[in-house]
Amino acid sequence: MKLANSTLAALRAVRVNKLRSALTMLGIVLGVSSVTVMMAVGGGASQRIQTEMRNLGANTIVLNSGALKSGGVSKGQGSRPSVTLADAQAIENEVPAVVAASPQHNFAGMQLIYGNANWSTLVTGTTPEYLTIRNWTVSRGRAFDREDVVQGSKVVVLGRTVAEKLFGNQSPVGQEIRVNRIPMTVIGELAAKGQSLAGLDTDDTAVIPISTALNRVIGRNPANPRAISGVIIKVRDGANMASAFTEIRQVVRERHGLLPAQEDDFYLINLTEVMRAKEDSARALGILLAAIASVSLLVGGIGIMNIMLVSVTERIREIGLRLAVGARRSDILGQFLVEAITLSLIGGIAGVALGLGGAVAVERYANLGVVLNGQLSLVAMAFAAGVGIFFGFYPAWKASLLQPVEALRSD
Amino acid sequence: MPLVTVSDLTKTYVVGQTAVPALRGVSLAIDSGEFVAVMGSSGSGKSTLMNLLGCLDAPSSGTYHLAGQDVLRLSSNKLAAVRNTSIGFVFQQFNLLARATALENVELPMVYAGLRRRERRRRAREALAQVGLSEREHHRPSQLSGGQQQRVAIARALVNQPLLLLADEPTGALDSVTSEEIMAALVRLNEGGLTVVVVTHDPEVARYARRVIHFKDGRVVSDDLNQAMRAAA
Repeated sequence: MKLANSTLAALRAVRVNKLRSALTMLGIVLGVSSVTVMMAVGGGASQRIQTEMRNLGANTIVLNSGALKSGGVSKGQGSRPSVTLADAQAIENEVPAVVAASPQHNFAGMQLIYGNANWSTLVTGTTPEYLTIRNWTVSRGRAFDREDVVQGSKVVVLGRTVAEKLFGNQSPVGQEIRVNRIPMTVIGELAAKGQSLAGLDTDDTAVIPISTALNRVIGRNPANPRAISGVIIKVRDGANMASAFTEIRQVVRERHGLLPAQEDDFYLINLTEVMRAKEDSARALGILLAAIASVSLLVGGIGIMNIMLVSVTERIREIGLRLAVGARRSDILGQFLVEAITLSLIGGIAGVALGLGGAVAVERYANLGVVLNGQLSLVAMAFAAGVGIFFGFYPAWKASLLQPVEALRSD
Repeated sequence: MPLVTVSDLTKTYVVGQTAVPALRGVSLAIDSGEFVAVMGSSGSGKSTLMNLLGCLDAPSSGTYHLAGQDVLRLSSNKLAAVRNTSIGFVFQQFNLLARATALENVELPMVYAGLRRRERRRRAREALAQVGLSEREHHRPSQLSGGQQQRVAIARALVNQPLLLLADEPTGALDSVTSEEIMAALVRLNEGGLTVVVVTHDPEVARYARRVIHFKDGRVVSDDLNQAMRAAA
C-alpha cells in the first residue's frame, strides 16, 4: 500500500517536472533502445549462421581438389584436379565414422532452357546421398536414385529459384528442358532453403546424376579425366569430428601417393567447425555491441542520479515534514528509490518500443535479419529498473539521512 | 503523572569551531489537558525546546519523558512512530505538500501509520469537517487562503489523535482576523481535552493560553498562570 502511494507520488513528481523528467529519461531511452537493437541484430546474425549450419547439414566435411601452382602463382582450389570418384568410394569404405561420401562435379553458370525461358545456374552432378547430407528435401516429384546414376539418366532436379525462373508457378515435374543443349527431364523440385550466410541464393541450383554430369553435361577435366570437383562427406552423429578428419586426410594422402614431406594436393574443410567459429565470432560481436550500447545506459543512469540529487535538495523541506508526521528513514529511502525506478522504467518502456522499431527498420532498410522476442524486452526493462535502483540509491539514501529539524529549517 | 516531563535539558549547537548553547538546563512538566504558551525573543531557546518536545531533535543532555516513556532511549523507527501517533505539529509556514490536495495532505500521517486507503479517506474527511473545510477537500494549497491552509495543517496534526499538539508560531504568517480564528480553533481543541503547546513571541497569541512560560538565553525565567486568567480567577 505504501508502495502504491510512493508510486503515485513518484508519477506526480515526474509529471510536475515534465521537461526535466523527459530529458532525464532520454538517456535511459537511448541506452535501452540501443541495447535492444544490438541484441536483435546479434540474435539475427547467430540465427542466420544456425540456419546455414542446418542447410549445410551437420557433421559435414568437404574434400576439394587442390591448387595448382604455376611459377609461384597459385591458381586456387580445384585447379589441380586430384580428387576422383574412387577417392569418394574409398573414404566411405575405409573410414568407419563416415556415413556417406557423395562425389560432386560442378559447373557454375550453365544455361538451362525451357521453351523461350532460360536461366544460368550452378549444376551439380552427384549421387542421391548428396541431398541427405545437405538436409535437402524434394517438394515436388522425386529425387534421382542409384539406378539413374548407374544408367546415366538424363534427369534433373531443380532448385526452387530455377524452377520459378523457368516455369513460374507451374509444376516443372515431367517437363523437358535443355541443360547445356542436352535435353533432360525434370523429375523433381527441391524445397526452398533461402539465402546462405554469404548472401548467395542456395535455391539457385540444379542437381543431376554424377555419371550424366561427367559423360554428357559438364564433361571431364582434360588434365585428369578421372577427376571430379570434390566430395561432400557426412560423419556419423556423435563421432569425433577431429579424428574422422585426420583419418579421411590419411586415406586420401595414401591414395594420392603423397610422401610425408609433401603437401596435400587437396583441400579438406570441416564445415561444422567453420560454422561454429563463425557463430562464435558473431556471438562475440553481439556481446561487444551490447557492451558498447550499455555504456550509454550507464550514462543515462548517471543522469538519473544527478536529477535525483537535485530533486532531493529541492525537497528537503518536504522530507522534513514527512519525517515530522511519522515517516521512517526507510519510508524516505523507498520514496526516492521508487521515484528513480519510475523514471528509469518509463524510459525503459519507451526505449524498448524505440528499440523494437529500430530493429524492424534495420531489418527493412539494412536488409539484416533480426530476432525480436519478448524475453529480450523484459531483460532490457529489468536492466533499466536495475539502473534506476543502482543510481537512485545514493540520492535516496542521502535523503533518508536528513535530520528532521534541519530539513524543516531549510528553505 | 504529567504528560510531559523534562529535566535539566540542554542543547548546544556546534557552529564551526564554536559551541552555541541554545538550552542551558530546562526542567518543566506539562499535564494532560493544559494549554501552554512558550514565549521569548528569538534566540531564547523556545524553538529548540519545541523541537526537542516534538522528537525532531535530540538534546545534548537531560531527560525527556512523554506519557511515561523515556523517548531519548527510543530507536529512530520508534521515534518516527511517536511523532506519527503521539504528537501533532502545526508550523508557521504550514508545510503542506504543494502538489497534493487538502485531503491527501491530511491523509499523509495515516499513510505512515499504515492505514487502509478507505479508512484514511474517511478519517481525513472527518478531520477536515472538524476544521470547517469540507468544501475544500480537493483544493491544492495554492488554491487556499493562509488561514485555510493552516486549518488543513491542524486537521493533519489531529488525524492520528495525538496526545500533544505542538504549534510553532501558528499565526506568524497570518493577519490578525485569521489569527484569531486559528487560535479559537486551538482553544476549542484544548477544551475537548487535547494538550496544546504554542511557541510564540506574540503576546496576543499567548493571551489564549492558561499557562505562560517565558524563556531567555536558554533558561526558563518565568512560569505563570496567564495574567488575564489570573485576574479573572
